[in-house]
Amino acid sequence: MSVQQRDAAIVGIHEFPSRDVEGELSPLHIKAQSASKALADAGLTWSDVDGIYDAGEGGASGLTIAEYFGLSPTVIDTTNVGGSSYQFHAAHARRAIAAGKARVALLTYGSTAHSNVARIGTGGRGMGGYPADNLESFAGLTLIANYAMCARRHMFEFGTTSEQLAEISVATRFHAMRNPDAVRAMEDLEFLDIRETTVDDVVNSRMIADPLHLLECCMISDGGGAVVIAAPDVARDCRHKPVWILGTGEATKYPEGGADITSSAAVQSGPIGFGEAGVGPDEMDIAMIYDSFSITVLTILEDLGFCLKGEGGHWVEGGRLRFDQPSEGPALNTDGGGLSSNHPGMRGIFLLIEAARQLRGESTAQVEGAKLAVAHGNGGMLGSRHSAGTVVLGGD
Amino acid sequence: MTEPTRPLPNFEESDTAPFWEGTMDRQLRFQRCNDCDTVIFHPRRHCVGCLGHDLIWHDASGQGTVYSYSIVRQSYHPFFRQHLPYVVAWVDLDEGPRLLSNVVGIEDPSSDVHCGMAVRVEWEPHGDYAIPLFRPL
Ligand SMILES: [Zn+2]
Repeated sequence: MSVQQRDAAIVGIHEFPSRDVEGELSPLHIKAQSASKALADAGLTWSDVDGIYDAGEGGASGLTIAEYFGLSPTVIDTTNVGGSSYQFHAAHARRAIAAGKARVALLTYGSTAHSNVARIGTGGRGMGGYPADNLESFAGLTLIANYAMCARRHMFEFGTTSEQLAEISVATRFHAMRNPDAVRAMEDLEFLDIRETTVDDVVNSRMIADPLHLLECCMISDGGGAVVIAAPDVARDCRHKPVWILGTGEATKYPEGGADITSSAAVQSGPIGFGEAGVGPDEMDIAMIYDSFSITVLTILEDLGFCLKGEGGHWVEGGRLRFDQPSEGPALNTDGGGLSSNHPGMRGIFLLIEAARQLRGESTAQVEGAKLAVAHGNGGMLGSRHSAGTVVLGGD
Repeated sequence: MTEPTRPLPNFEESDTAPFWEGTMDRQLRFQRCNDCDTVIFHPRRHCVGCLGHDLIWHDASGQGTVYSYSIVRQSYHPFFRQHLPYVVAWVDLDEGPRLLSNVVGIEDPSSDVHCGMAVRVEWEPHGDYAIPLFRPL
């Protein structure tokens, strides 16, 4: 095992609790409120921040963010690669800190997707490149159908079943029912029948885009959060034990040349991140995997090397992803994930937040003695152009 | 009230305009690099296989296979919601390019579409231009 570089650590986290702000707050409000609470969680304050990381959604530039927060950062990074932007931000923040260009990095996210009735999943096409978009927009591909095509091809090549995919939704809901914020989210968004689910519940729920059922699709909520990443000497004086960033990997993938949509850009980002961390997927206690849809998780688990390509369906069977089955491998999305806790459009930041909670021992579905976690974000659309960010985290 | 229509591309967009001009003759066009034979799709002005720019337009046969598909059962788009359920698919043309399109001319999408199915282009006219859709062979 290589020597792990402990250059930077997550020292402050905050998840904005409301999933429905009823149009009363803007994304910028949510970002600022989350930032102040994450800094307080770290025992730091605004003036300690010298690096800001924000995806700049909706046209809020780095300059806007800096002024709104009242900061004079020496590093600004507004990388936007969709939902995995925050994995990229964590990677970049660690590098800036290791290079001595920043000591305290602040990552922010805020969205009012629910209040806006921004029909992320079933509206238009979600995001798309140009001019590629000019050859695709006529077909009426919804975002859900884009992911559904991955699931269909996975079923065709490997015999994966809807029952197997449903295991991911079931485990995630099992965790959500232990998270009061997730339960309130489902209440506020008027979910019917808020309870633990079974495989039958999932496969009997309404088909949205074959073969994906309603309970395999993430919710559309408001929300946001913030993460503070600091240099080792700063981290030592913070309120909580540091959660070290041990390795990061970044990647993209698109349809060029008949790409295989049963695998994702995680094939590239995973080995880079795990390699840098000097640990393997089999050592992970926690797997925070972007769960826009059930198939997203299944694909990424395979791509990260938790099992071989095509064996994910069998691998997830029998509830092994639950937090109370630690001998079976990692616990999946212990906050309830995008499927059952929150999905304001780009939920990568929550993967970092819940992984940090687990490694601090603060999750509502806590894995006893959790030491290692992977937070893997997927941005864009799995079945066409998308980005992947892998962040391997370790407890102190 | 006019009937909602299929969202149409910008037929003049510079990279894809030659593709859409081809549809006037009901030709499905794609680019191949004259230097390294790489198929370029979506259309561009540079080769992604080499550093060249000598891309030649070719007419595809219009035959291909369904790589993957989904049956869309929920959409908020004013045009597409009238056509639920409908089939979106990635279609691999015999010459290499992969197109996103709809599979039409089927009775029951739940049983009549599958991965690997052979399809052929069919044209939906819009003025002088046309949208390429696919029908089982
Ligand atoms: Zn070339």
